[in-house]
Amino acid sequence: MARYAMVIDTTKCVGCMDCVVACKTENNVPEGFNRDWITYETIGKFPNLHMEIRSERCNHCDNPPCVYTCPTGASHISDIGGIVLVDYDKCIGCKACIAACPYDARFIHPDGYATKCTFCEHRVVQGLDPACVATCPTHCMYFGDLEDPNSEVSKLLQSRKYRVLNPESGTKPQVYYLI
Amino acid sequence: MNELVITRHNHLIDPTLHIWGWEIPVYLFLGGLVGGMMLISGYFILTGRTKNTLCSCFRIPLIGIVAISIGMLALFLDLEHKLYVWNLYLNFKWQSPMSWGAWILLIIYPILFVTLLIRIPENVAEKFPALGRLSEKIRSNAFLVKLIGSLSMVFGGLLGAYTAILLSGFSARPAWNSPMLWTLFLTSGLSSAAALVHLIGKDPEERHLLAKADNGFLIAELIIILLMIIGFVSSSQVHIDAAKLILSGPYAASFWIFVVLSGIVIPLIIQMFSVNNKIVHTNVAPILVMLGGLILRFIVVYAGQFSHWPRNVFTVF
Repeated sequence: MARYAMVIDTTKCVGCMDCVVACKTENNVPEGFNRDWITYETIGKFPNLHMEIRSERCNHCDNPPCVYTCPTGASHISDIGGIVLVDYDKCIGCKACIAACPYDARFIHPDGYATKCTFCEHRVVQGLDPACVATCPTHCMYFGDLEDPNSEVSKLLQSRKYRVLNPESGTKPQVYYLI
Repeated sequence: MNELVITRHNHLIDPTLHIWGWEIPVYLFLGGLVGGMMLISGYFILTGRTKNTLCSCFRIPLIGIVAISIGMLALFLDLEHKLYVWNLYLNFKWQSPMSWGAWILLIIYPILFVTLLIRIPENVAEKFPALGRLSEKIRSNAFLVKLIGSLSMVFGGLLGAYTAILLSGFSARPAWNSPMLWTLFLTSGLSSAAALVHLIGKDPEERHLLAKADNGFLIAELIIILLMIIGFVSSSQVHIDAAKLILSGPYAASFWIFVVLSGIVIPLIIQMFSVNNKIVHTNVAPILVMLGGLILRFIVVYAGQFSHWPRNVFTVF
């Protein structure tokens, strides 16, 4: 079975927010909400400062607490490459999944159900990249199957240094950041 | 320096999580209260106090049904996708404390109803003779009465503990993520229940017993709070930060004044005097205990949402 993952090269990301706009347009994300966002992080002591810009979203964890805590089974791991999805017709809007997510990646849609990044599953099943990946002008985002050793994402993770967000939370996130 | 700028401002999520308002603390308090009341009522039934017609165990179930119904209404009001609530009862997700809770709440009702039937008020028995006969049948069957008492204690304990496990299961919120939280909520639920039964009790001996028991629960609560704080401050940085929320942070004043001082210490002192017959029993201590229990739930729910894993994750260079 495929295991889809996203790899983001932080050395190439300029924080242009094209991925954010592409996601909002592709997925009709309501005004005032974001499924993906840009984080600018500056660390160090002047003059030795280092800045990282990265595009963040749901990490489609291998060990997803949002899925485990959902009382109705609305949040689930899909058969399509392990993508974490929400079945809106099963969601009761209890917000347990939001509390469970260490990345604060979910939100309540104005229609009442919990929602988040889907890796543009509707595009992926057609063999397309997620909208954010397809739009990125610096080509810093990659999407593919980690089970395939010849995929671009597998090769990047074999050849480059990378990290994930909050590894200490034990969720095994599947969005990787090249450093 | 470690500065983080995020271009996201999702409703209920940013700048800090605030998904749960007054509804959840009220529900957790009422759930704990009813759990404690069922434990007390079960204990009274098992110890043969049903022979005493003044026993509170005959009034607890009705109050319990009303209280848990108000709690469930608060829970329902909190749901964002209300029309889909029935999905809760289409399956059972063993990993989800909320799913456990939904089913426990469903089982609680018949137990409370059956407990109510052990001795129904005379005017009700006169109006509904069938109910009166059923009540008499139940009362005359010692095994059945003991079974009801045992079920009341088991499910009361489960209900009281579940209200905290619901929160402590969220490892993403360090202030909730304590293995002691369920003991705190269960003891606080028992303490509030003892206070309420003390308020409504008609038998002076029973009221005296409950005041004594409440003193024990309050002392246990103080010890558990101390152990919880020790557990937090001797843990990882996120848990130390979580402890700071009630030690010196935004919830410190309300926690120490309304929960510890006026919700535990003052009523404990008052009740110690009253159980030693130095002063008469009044309603002041039980009311303070219940208010303290309610405010405890508000503070725990809000502080938990305030606490989070570090968002500055820049570690490798």
